Amino acid sequence: MGTSYTPPTNPDWWREPIERTEIWWIVLAFAWCLFMTAWMVGWHFSGTQNMSNETYRTTPEVFSKKVADMQAQYTIRKDTATGEDVVAPPPGSDVYLAAMQWQYRPILELQKGKSYRLHMTSLDVGHGFSLQPENINFQVYPGYEQVTTVTPNKTGTFAIACGEYCGGVNALGHHTMLGRIYVKE
Amino acid sequence: MATTTMSDFRIDPVSGLKINRTANKLVQWNAFAAVVFLLVGGLFGLLVALTRMPSVQLLPPELFYMALTAHGLVNLAVWIIFFEMAVLYFLGAHVLGNRLATPAFAWAQFWLMLVGAALVAVAVLGGKSSVMMTSYPPLQAEPHFYLGLILFAVGALIGCFVFLGTLVVAKRDNTYQGSLPLVVFGGVTACVIAVFTIVSGALILIPTFLWSIGLIGSIDPMVYRVVWWAFGHSSQQINVVAHISIWYLIASLVFGAKPMSEKVSRGAFLLYILFLQLGSAHHLLSDPGLSSAWKILNTSYMIYLAVLASMIHGLTVPGSIEVAQRRKGIDTGLFTWLRKAPWGNPIFSGMFLSLVGFGFIGGITGVVMSVEQINMVIHNTMYLPGHFHGTLVAGTTMAFMAVTYWLIPVVFQRKIALAGVAKLQPYVFSLGAWVMSIGLMGAGTLGVQRRHADITFAGQPLAYEYPEIAKGLMDLSEIFGVIMAVGAIMFILVVLASIFTGERIAEDSAPWPKVEDADVTAAKAGNKHIGAWGMEAPGTFVLAMILFVTIVLYYFINFKYLSTVWGLS
Repeated sequence: MGTSYTPPTNPDWWREPIERTEIWWIVLAFAWCLFMTAWMVGWHFSGTQNMSNETYRTTPEVFSKKVADMQAQYTIRKDTATGEDVVAPPPGSDVYLAAMQWQYRPILELQKGKSYRLHMTSLDVGHGFSLQPENINFQVYPGYEQVTTVTPNKTGTFAIACGEYCGGVNALGHHTMLGRIYVKE
Repeated sequence: MATTTMSDFRIDPVSGLKINRTANKLVQWNAFAAVVFLLVGGLFGLLVALTRMPSVQLLPPELFYMALTAHGLVNLAVWIIFFEMAVLYFLGAHVLGNRLATPAFAWAQFWLMLVGAALVAVAVLGGKSSVMMTSYPPLQAEPHFYLGLILFAVGALIGCFVFLGTLVVAKRDNTYQGSLPLVVFGGVTACVIAVFTIVSGALILIPTFLWSIGLIGSIDPMVYRVVWWAFGHSSQQINVVAHISIWYLIASLVFGAKPMSEKVSRGAFLLYILFLQLGSAHHLLSDPGLSSAWKILNTSYMIYLAVLASMIHGLTVPGSIEVAQRRKGIDTGLFTWLRKAPWGNPIFSGMFLSLVGFGFIGGITGVVMSVEQINMVIHNTMYLPGHFHGTLVAGTTMAFMAVTYWLIPVVFQRKIALAGVAKLQPYVFSLGAWVMSIGLMGAGTLGVQRRHADITFAGQPLAYEYPEIAKGLMDLSEIFGVIMAVGAIMFILVVLASIFTGERIAEDSAPWPKVEDADVTAAKAGNKHIGAWGMEAPGTFVLAMILFVTIVLYYFINFKYLSTVWGLS
């Protein structure tokens, strides 16, 4: 007797036994929950793709200076598409990438199999770092300088699209925001 | 204080419920406003869909961003929260045979939410507040955008307290005996989460409003995100609780089913109250400045206890239907009970499609994408709209539509008009929502970013070209998005036709035949032992195992994909 929209007919419903279908399912589901928690922790130790979460406070002025210094030191050529500097910092070094309305700069060149400490921040509003076609995505915010150690494992031309709506007008805006990373052998 | 008399109530011939007339007015107005906003938001959604098709690209970027902001706010917040207010009043007053506490405050809820929604609409349609529904600073909207949201939220908060007060009245006046019915317990769960949600919203939107009028210098973007998502994510958890309560309600209405175990179902609701809100961390997994320990604890809802709760409801709702069907004598095979269910009744078909769609499309993907590491290859891609159309549209909205087909005769005292359209509607709407969700997820997996007015990057020197198949998936998805919109329009037509032209159900008309409690049928027929393998609901267990295997496989497929991308540490 009873429905879901009337009070339980058995006032002592708390002591009713649980039917086997439910018990088995709860045990199985809970075991899976424990497994997923453990796996997420375990991937930090055994996996090679993890968030670093190393973050510092910064300002647009401080960060822009770091970008300019790196650019002055490590520019190797002009990009054929835009005529801008292509910057190739040495493996293991600190690399600075700035998000701004509406581009990621500078254009970078990295080496496959080498690691770099990639620093990112935004110089104005919130943006998203979306590396294509790898499809690696991070949020990027003004005032916060995040450092991720990246190790490209394939060569090619990679695009950075913006993953967070950042305003703009028809001709220029979130949908036109791009950057580029070349990876060579 | 006025005393209530019998003439303040009527006995509803359709449901047998004792209905308070004043409370009913409030249910009517909130539900009606909800449906009107569903129409408004849906039309903006249609514009979004037609722009996202690479082969159509209807709107220029500025209009697209405006339409997307409007679509998100109206459908995610306004339609759903108005409907939830109607559901809360229905549960607290009608289901308990009770009056509504402080109807004047309930009207204040209605008008505040309406004025708030109107202010936001003026701001968005003015074109200077295209900041998306998330409105992350330092992007700034006009002050009345934030003010409208605040008024809307305050209205909803008042509604929550009217509901809680209504429960106090019911207890004091002894309108029910013993424990609250399960669906009302679900309503309490939704209400508790709603209070947490709305207070979080106030905590961040009030300073943001002050910032927009120049009284505060700046809003830290990370602080905003952390607090805003306590509002933004939790508000979607209210929906989950509300639509699960509706599943339980419909299982009882259509099949005379009772909960398999009150203890298990209520325990699962309690897990929601305790752990669901931690899920706001899902949105912050790819953010700087938060530790992995914090992310893991929160994104897993503290060892996935809220996921456990959803998995429990996902079994117990169809399980209770199976048990009822078997008790009534449909006790052969594994799935005969399901095959012989009334698939032509939109109340049932809508509810069951909502259950399957929410579990398989919204649920599985939600669990997988909220893994801290996997989030990096999914975050803010088109996968997200795919996921939340699986939860919010295929799940919540479908369930709300299904219960509306029952509410119209009960609350508006009209028979359903255009019954043929109503019969088809859940299938059209779900087909659209399911394929669109899956297609968008496919495009997102291939990298297509959400909230982009032009995924071809036309005319950009550094342009990136998404794989052809991604563009094809976007076209396909949005064709089904249009089908979904057709399903929504069918629903709105049925609602409006029924309310304004449907055959009146006189108050003194003969009671409608009620579905008999399955237990009563079983006792009459002498049916005792049911099911197979020592289980009362073996068919449901098999269905649950299919869900389980799917989620395990999908989980590891995503980790396999993750392991092939650039090293990140």
